[in-house]
Amino acid sequence: MTENLVLAAAEVTPAASAAWLVIAIPLVSAGILLLAGRLADKWGHLLGVAASAASCVVACWVFFAMLAQPAAERAQDVVLGTWIAGGSFTLDLGLQIDQLSMAFVLLVTFVGTLIHIYSIAYMEHDPDRRRFFAYLNLFVAAMLTLVMADSYLVLFVGWEGVGLASYLLIGFWNYRTEYAVAAKKAFIANRVGDVGMLIAMMIMFSQFHTLSFSGVFAAAAHASPATLTLIGLALLLAACGKSAQFPLQSWLGDAMAGPTPVSALIHAATMVTAGVYLVVRSGPIFEHTANARLAVLIVGAITLLYGAIVGCAKDDMKKALAASTMSQIGYMMLAAGLGPVGGIFAIMHLLTHGFFKAGLFLGAGSVMHAMSDQVDMRRFGALDKFMRVTWLTMMAGWLAILGIPPFAGFFSKDKIIEQAFVPPDGQPWQAWVFGLVAMLGAGITAFYMSRLFFMVFQGKARWTDGQHPHESPPLMTVPMIILSLGSIGLGLVLTLVKFDEYLAPALVEGHHGEPVLNQYVIMGSTLALVVIGAWIAWVKFGTKTAVVPVLPPAADGLVRAARADLYQDTLNNALLVVPGQALVRGTTEVDEKVVDGAVRGIGALFQSIGSVVSRLQNGYVRSYAATMLAGVILLVAIVLAVQG
Amino acid sequence: MTVSAYLILASILFTIGAVTVLVRRNAIIVFMGIELMLNAANLAFLTFSRMWGDLTGQLAAFFVMVVAAAEVVVGLAIIVSLFRTRRTVSVDDENLMRH
Repeated sequence: MTENLVLAAAEVTPAASAAWLVIAIPLVSAGILLLAGRLADKWGHLLGVAASAASCVVACWVFFAMLAQPAAERAQDVVLGTWIAGGSFTLDLGLQIDQLSMAFVLLVTFVGTLIHIYSIAYMEHDPDRRRFFAYLNLFVAAMLTLVMADSYLVLFVGWEGVGLASYLLIGFWNYRTEYAVAAKKAFIANRVGDVGMLIAMMIMFSQFHTLSFSGVFAAAAHASPATLTLIGLALLLAACGKSAQFPLQSWLGDAMAGPTPVSALIHAATMVTAGVYLVVRSGPIFEHTANARLAVLIVGAITLLYGAIVGCAKDDMKKALAASTMSQIGYMMLAAGLGPVGGIFAIMHLLTHGFFKAGLFLGAGSVMHAMSDQVDMRRFGALDKFMRVTWLTMMAGWLAILGIPPFAGFFSKDKIIEQAFVPPDGQPWQAWVFGLVAMLGAGITAFYMSRLFFMVFQGKARWTDGQHPHESPPLMTVPMIILSLGSIGLGLVLTLVKFDEYLAPALVEGHHGEPVLNQYVIMGSTLALVVIGAWIAWVKFGTKTAVVPVLPPAADGLVRAARADLYQDTLNNALLVVPGQALVRGTTEVDEKVVDGAVRGIGALFQSIGSVVSRLQNGYVRSYAATMLAGVILLVAIVLAVQG
Repeated sequence: MTVSAYLILASILFTIGAVTVLVRRNAIIVFMGIELMLNAANLAFLTFSRMWGDLTGQLAAFFVMVVAAAEVVVGLAIIVSLFRTRRTVSVDDENLMRH
């Protein structure tokens, strides 16, 4: 093992061999904050921010050291030691430093640090601010483990770690019962996905006898299509759980129970994109199985429409943003299902989305901060004059998600839509279906995001009594401004630095196909749909004369369905929860009556025998002596009888 | 004197001892009954030893006497300490361990 370490250390660059620090710093900080308890209340938030920032600095160093290498040698596998050595099976604990993982690491540490800074002010009056920062640090460490892992098993450690951190942070205010329930719901929905992950790993282990990325991908080239399809579907299930994709998406809306910085970091920018990362990372598996890729496409297409429709009807600002996140991740899934070329745009959209959606959530937090934690958009309106910075930063995020050039979303989302129009496996019907769905989704997105923006900032004030909106302190606005700069320019920058050429070596080789429509036609019709969607929203909610009732008006069936998350909870309840509870109750009954009954019956039997026999123990020595004598006489009689 | 006379005597002694143990309440008397039974057994050992011209029976009698002596020491000690704590030596009153 020592030899391995020396050998491995000789191959990797000094920066890459220090990459473990990126994970270790926030992890140690989380440990200190949790163990120090109330002692750390005064400076805990500072340590949390410092740990995240230090991690970001190390990440930048590793990234630039990697960029200095020629493109072919950038991917490095840093072995930290042997984790599991069991007979013929050994698994190294290692980190994969390549273009894909570093893109994620920079996103997580950079956006994470901004959100840490924002949280100092946002959580200022919370007595448990230190614990909040401990969980945030724990999340950052787990997320970095997830993306830097060099095997599915190490990835799974991070996968579970982010699930735990997400659970702890959604239920951060767990003295409110509904928040604690929301945390549990997220945790359980994630467990369903984890089962998929475990099944995928079990199949890999039984078929390929390895779990490392390099080993699995090498073996995947020779594996049977059926095996790969099974693995692909199991991985897709895992991705659905983590990334809130259909049919496991119901937890994300409720996850908004967590403090807003959590929604920004975990439930918009980073953790929920882990599923996309998993699918893109497993590209060599999906490459050989068109069926699994089609499943990914279908899931992505359904979710992007689903989220968009639900987003149109939500009056809770954060839930509308959550629906939007779901829909945007649907876009990424769709792109990831399109193959390596789509995978590049999935990651690109993931990065731009990480900025503009985090910015939108932080803006939402700023609005809540100004309006005494009000989240009902029907009770906002005309806030633009009172919160100039929040208004401008959210406008940048809004234009970015709409995909208006030259804002960030245009460069990533438009590419995905264009790519969706490329026939994936030489089948034009797929190109038409998924392309049109993606285009339609863009139009609906424009409507609901504009609705959100106009309802909050434009129109007439519909505030509840005693509201005094004010701009947030600089600790909150500065991160928002930085994120809004990303929302404005990141797409252009990524395009200018040729992000696709940078990322391509980390993925399997793909070939650019021709879309079934001219790309300018696609771009033009998408923009037209976006403008129409935004215009409808402006007429209905934005103008000074628009009437927005403060109570949700009676509506037709579709709106009512969308308000109720398209009855997904009801369906889950009827299909899973109620039968599940009945099963549990039945099992409990059987356990108590049959299993426990048998055990208790045996006990009772011996107890009653004992109570009969113990009557002989009456305390009279002479009766014992008589018994003995009788016994002896009996024995003698028997001996005599047998001998005679 | 035939062997049967000795054996009849031994039986009578054993019976007296056994009945003493069964019917008397005084622990000391019960104890004496036990000694009587042991000695009845000794007499039977000696009788058969003599009858067969074999010393093994006498040897057994000596063992019994040694064990009985040790037993007397322990038994009397128990009876004395019983009397000290409970002011009685009636075996019917020593019923703390009944069910």
